[in-house]
Amino acid sequence: MWRNLAELPKYRGLIQSLVARDLKARYRGSALGLFWSFGNPLLLLLVYSAVFSTFIEARADIKPYALFLCCGLLPWTWFVSSLNESANSLVAGGNLIKKVLFPAEILPIVSVLTNMVQFLISLPVLAAFLVYYVVTANTDGSPKLVDLHGAELIWLPVVILVQLVLTMALALIFSALTVHFRDVRDILANLLTLWFFATPIIYPWSAVTNLKFWLDLNPFTHLAVSYQEILFFPDNAFGHRAWLLALGAASLVLFLAGYWLFDRLRDSFAEVA
Amino acid sequence: MASAPAIQLVNVSKVYRKYGKKHFATLKSALLQRSILDELQPTDTFTALDNLSMAVPAGATLGLIGRNGSGKSTALKLVAGITKPTAGTVTVRGRISALIELGAGFHPEISGRENVFINGIMLGLSRREIERRFDEIVEFAELREFIDEPVKSYSSGMYMRLGFSVATHVDPDVLLVDEVLAVGDEGFTHKCLDKFADFKRRGKTVLLVTHQLNLVERFCDEAVWLDHGRKLGEGDPKRIVDAYVADVATEEDKYLATADEKAQQESDAAPHQEPPAAADDPTADMMKATEGRWGTRQVEITEVVLADASGEPSHVFQSGDPLRVRLNVRAAEPVSDIVFGVAIFNTEGVCVYGTNTLIEEQALTGIRGDATVTLEFAALDLVEGTYKVDVAAHRQDGAPYDYHRLLHTFRVKSRTKDVGIYRPRHQWTFDGGVDHRRDS
Repeated sequence: MWRNLAELPKYRGLIQSLVARDLKARYRGSALGLFWSFGNPLLLLLVYSAVFSTFIEARADIKPYALFLCCGLLPWTWFVSSLNESANSLVAGGNLIKKVLFPAEILPIVSVLTNMVQFLISLPVLAAFLVYYVVTANTDGSPKLVDLHGAELIWLPVVILVQLVLTMALALIFSALTVHFRDVRDILANLLTLWFFATPIIYPWSAVTNLKFWLDLNPFTHLAVSYQEILFFPDNAFGHRAWLLALGAASLVLFLAGYWLFDRLRDSFAEVA
Repeated sequence: MASAPAIQLVNVSKVYRKYGKKHFATLKSALLQRSILDELQPTDTFTALDNLSMAVPAGATLGLIGRNGSGKSTALKLVAGITKPTAGTVTVRGRISALIELGAGFHPEISGRENVFINGIMLGLSRREIERRFDEIVEFAELREFIDEPVKSYSSGMYMRLGFSVATHVDPDVLLVDEVLAVGDEGFTHKCLDKFADFKRRGKTVLLVTHQLNLVERFCDEAVWLDHGRKLGEGDPKRIVDAYVADVATEEDKYLATADEKAQQESDAAPHQEPPAAADDPTADMMKATEGRWGTRQVEITEVVLADASGEPSHVFQSGDPLRVRLNVRAAEPVSDIVFGVAIFNTEGVCVYGTNTLIEEQALTGIRGDATVTLEFAALDLVEGTYKVDVAAHRQDGAPYDYHRLLHTFRVKSRTKDVGIYRPRHQWTFDGGVDHRRDS
């Protein structure tokens, strides 16, 4: 296991090319191409803004609600797409595993990284909205709800890194299991829907009263809260850092466990996938 | 030649798991039994390779031959490192390139150019190495004008050519080839074979899995014959190929014998079948005429034996071998009006030859009780192929006592791939300014 793990950096170039290939292939044939990586989150934000200002009454305790929503929703999209795609990656890439000497873990890793690039591309859109709200909120004299603390922003890469490790860990586990149990794909898709509502994305963590203990056990709670505290809430300091670092450590352990499981099942992939 | 072999397999076994029903086991059942890893234990196994040892010296070309399912491709995958042996060790020295499935890693949506790069990187080249060889790769694949088109628009031939080209330009020390030399048109096949010869010349090690036995004889320094995962022979390619061909012939013989038996049983099940309209004319299209058996059975052909020169029943003959068609017949009541006939058809339904005792004025005047009729062909001067035999006992006016239509099969084998039906005895002679190699 350790030797295989140590070999992984050798495949940097391949991983890089495959991520680039997947991104290109995704938008090949569409007129706007890579613009969609911008366009999708932009449209998403606009739709939510429209919905929560006209049709549905947004929570009164958070303003602007659409922006709050997107601080959690964009990372969640990265997480969900990564898991759904990587669960399928070994089965879809069966040809590679069976016919080419190819370290199988590259496939789920590429799925996670491709979606991460999409997430990173969407960040400037979020930033533009944030700046827009900060500026308008400060000029019309209403109470300052949104604020950007430059100092907190240095935590953003840490949150992203923790999410990356956690996502990779789960991607390895689900992709390896899907090869043997195709049910995992469908279970996962439904599990993720439940998981979404069990995560403070559409509601703030502070509003949770019952089941708070269980919510704390949900790793994505701490990622979502971290994103929201860093990007959205005007609180002074990033108060969630202890939780985040603990989650980081746990994710690392989970990653090693996931890699161990993947490695254990590796030899069966070429036969079953 | 280096002393250490480039590829070495020592006591290698590969056992595949048959998951059977368990393959569709649900996660639920695995979780209920609280043992996901246990659930992955096979219920039943299939031994693809059984204690195989072989070595390919550096610079040598070795051909792996054997029937479908004999373990050739498994052996190749083990050497490539795609699967791991269940027992034993596989050692390979040098960079491997495996031509197992051409273009396996191609992504249909992106261009040929990008796919060349990604495929090259997968095969272990660096970006710079690919850049250096890029023109050569594209030139070889004959895809210059299409290289920037997405691969999904390629024909299967273009796809394979590009895959072949990338894989062979990796410049491997060890090249593994699984049945992929026949890609593209005649011209490209020649280029592939040239490329292949070039590998040999430059002292690369090649492991070739193929059913094209002439390739093995032409290119390989050594051959290994696998059967049901075991090594049945190794050594001089010609000798091994001959042994394999002989074995295949025996197997075919068995197969044809059982097939004939089955056809006869089926026709016996409906003994008084009416003859199809075409039956009167033995030269009628064989595709239209159905096989079967009909007639009054006043004279019955109880057994038909196709035999070789020594009288041994056989279904497979070398071109030029003698053939005996022996009919065991029985007439319960004496019959005076009797003609025996035999005809041979090829698979296109062309009557190769037909005759009977009336045409040849054998002047038979009657038959009673048991008898044997034998027609001997001194030499089956036929090209390779499968042939069917009609045999009949009938009256002089053609009314059948017992007509066996296409119920008996034999196969003619030949090392020469000449065409047509009939192979007249022949010989080439060259005089004057024609150069040729003797004993080629």
